[in-house]
Amino acid sequence: MSGTANAFFEGLSRFDVKRNGHLIGGLKGLRRSAFQWVAERGFPTARDEAWKYTRLGPILEVPFELAEPTVSRRLSAGTIAELAGDLGGARLVMVNGYFAKELSSLKTLPKGAQVMSLAAALAEEEEQLAPLLSRPFREQPHAFTALSAALAEDGALVRIPANTTIEEPIHLVFISDTGASPLVSHPRCLVLAGPGSRATIVESYLGIPGDVYLNNAVTDIVLEEGAVVEHYKLQNETETAFHIALLDVRQGRGSRFSSHSLALGASTARHEVRVRLEAEGAEVTLNGLYMPRGEQHLDNPTTIEHAAPHCTSREFYKGVIDGHGRGSFDGRIIVRPGAFKTDASQTNKNLLLSGSAQVDTRPRLEIFADDVKCTHGAAVGQLDAEAVFYLRSRGLPHGAARDLLSYAFVNEMLRLVRVEALRSRVEKMVAWRLGGVEVAA
Amino acid sequence: MLLEIKDLHARVEGREILRGLSLQINAGEVHAIMGPNGSGKSTLAQVLAGRETYDVTGEVLYQGKNLLALSPEARAVAGVFLAFQYPVEIPGVGNLYFLRTALNAVRKQRGLEELDAMDFLGLAKEKMKLVEMDPSFMSRSVNEGFSGGEKKRNEIFQMAVLEPKLAILDETDSGLDIDALRVVASGVNALRSKGRAMLVITHYQRLLEYIVPDRVHVMANGRIVSSGDKGLALELEKHGYAEFEQHNPAPGAAS
Ligand SMILES: Nc1ncnc2c1ncn2[C@@H]1O[C@H](COP(=O)(O)OP(=O)(O)O)[C@@H](O)[C@H]1O
Ligand SMILES: [Mg+2]
Repeated sequence: MSGTANAFFEGLSRFDVKRNGHLIGGLKGLRRSAFQWVAERGFPTARDEAWKYTRLGPILEVPFELAEPTVSRRLSAGTIAELAGDLGGARLVMVNGYFAKELSSLKTLPKGAQVMSLAAALAEEEEQLAPLLSRPFREQPHAFTALSAALAEDGALVRIPANTTIEEPIHLVFISDTGASPLVSHPRCLVLAGPGSRATIVESYLGIPGDVYLNNAVTDIVLEEGAVVEHYKLQNETETAFHIALLDVRQGRGSRFSSHSLALGASTARHEVRVRLEAEGAEVTLNGLYMPRGEQHLDNPTTIEHAAPHCTSREFYKGVIDGHGRGSFDGRIIVRPGAFKTDASQTNKNLLLSGSAQVDTRPRLEIFADDVKCTHGAAVGQLDAEAVFYLRSRGLPHGAARDLLSYAFVNEMLRLVRVEALRSRVEKMVAWRLGGVEVAA
Repeated sequence: MLLEIKDLHARVEGREILRGLSLQINAGEVHAIMGPNGSGKSTLAQVLAGRETYDVTGEVLYQGKNLLALSPEARAVAGVFLAFQYPVEIPGVGNLYFLRTALNAVRKQRGLEELDAMDFLGLAKEKMKLVEMDPSFMSRSVNEGFSGGEKKRNEIFQMAVLEPKLAILDETDSGLDIDALRVVASGVNALRSKGRAMLVITHYQRLLEYIVPDRVHVMANGRIVSSGDKGLALELEKHGYAEFEQHNPAPGAAS
């Protein structure tokens, strides 16, 4: 760990004491100790295996101010719908990590279901939520989970009661509007899916071009027995921004979880996913697409922990790297003793579009049980010259042929997005990045 | 004259594959090139279509202009079409979308109006009938999972849509059973016209019973070694290629 003698931490140190004055009980102690933890242990460096690929330097140089609840003058419900899309269901909007009621549209939900601001939920049941909120920091502490534990005050709470289905996707929109000074936000989400419940959650992160900010986001999803949750994350931060995120998932017996990560924006972004399969028969699918270009660094560490027998995990990540962009996929799979009949597979494919594009791909299998099936494969390649020629011989200009083939590579991922309104938005974003390929009908 | 090839050489990895090939084709004519495997037929086809893998010297005039100076896409716009011996599979790109994009790219560069999806669909349906292609292939990825015969039909279908002036068919008959061969050949014959020339490359005489050529050329070791009318194909069928190869050995080959 590197020290705390950096502009980032020095900036934050001015804030910690005055911030948590209004908080009560368990969280107050946690906030203090989490902040203290960072003061003592500092930030990860390239020597930390789990942080090897993440470029933290530029983040630590910025004296961010801590975000506060504000009423945005630049945003309206209309602009949000345009920027983030209308997915047809409830939309909870956070500005700089704080719930913005006037920008949100909360639909009628099934009885007992909750989609609400986390701050509002904490005001009612802090004692109950405190252990859940502190968990990522307690179990795998590092500077960013610690800062989230210390400083996060708002975000979203989604609670789906037993045997309840929410059909429409629940859209959590995190928009940054920082104006003149760089801001750091700590959005925090908690999704509690009761036994036999079903829901689709979409997290969208976006900002305003030119703004400098850091989103240090933590989302927890807990699936109880038989719950089915489909999760999407669209990271489309503005390209002057930073994004460090953790998605922490725990799955009960027979539950099914899938997450699709779409990483397009930010100058440096790390989207870490950790899944713990805690009881028999749980299934997880992690899909991811990352498309760094220019000077972007987009990292995708994942850890899937098979802690019980008869669980299944499927991982499929694709990267398209252009310019001086750099991407990484770090896929750790742990099979705990006793997790027999584990069925795990992992695939990572990368397409390098320029001579200076870079990718790191690393499977890490740690198997401590017998009678398990674990497969993994990684590929790094360039566009197929035969295919480029085939398209050109039919009259497609060289650039268009490259764009179309890149789009095809990506489209395999996009097709897995089942929320149609989201898919068509992402298709357009991706097509636009790839030189304006018309979206294939 | 539509196409005039003079003393064409092509090298790859230090090996000379085309070794001074000359050939002339007039508009409206169908020429066949026959030759044993490895004689350089596909290399000729690829070089004419603009494949950049080869070091090429010599001269190729197409409509009186230097074809070798053009990019592959510019050749397509100018009316050159190659039906590949091994059509490439392109997962993730819809067949119909690909072809519309190609046709519109060609039309745009020719200064014509682009076709919208509906108009294109009408055109595609009409052309598909030529090769009795099942419309379900339109929504699939380009050549992905197509059988050998389906790929070849798809090539001729593309040719029908793009309406080239010079069509080069590289072993369009290989991998086809007799029924499919008839269908593909009748599709090709329907596309014969006064303004269009075809260069039909084949290993076997069989195809030429269905697509009757005006001229037949025999290729061996990177050269045209004999030319004649369709009777030459029948002769080849009887005697094989051995004689031609003996008289035109590859450099370094033991005689
Ligand atoms: N790109 C290439 N690289 C290396 N060798 C090649 C390449 N293209 C063709 N050749 C060689 O050139 C010879 C002629 O090939 P080809 O033109 O495919 O013959 P044909 O189509 O008549 O069977 C073969 O020996 C083949 O291996
Ligand atoms: Mg060949």
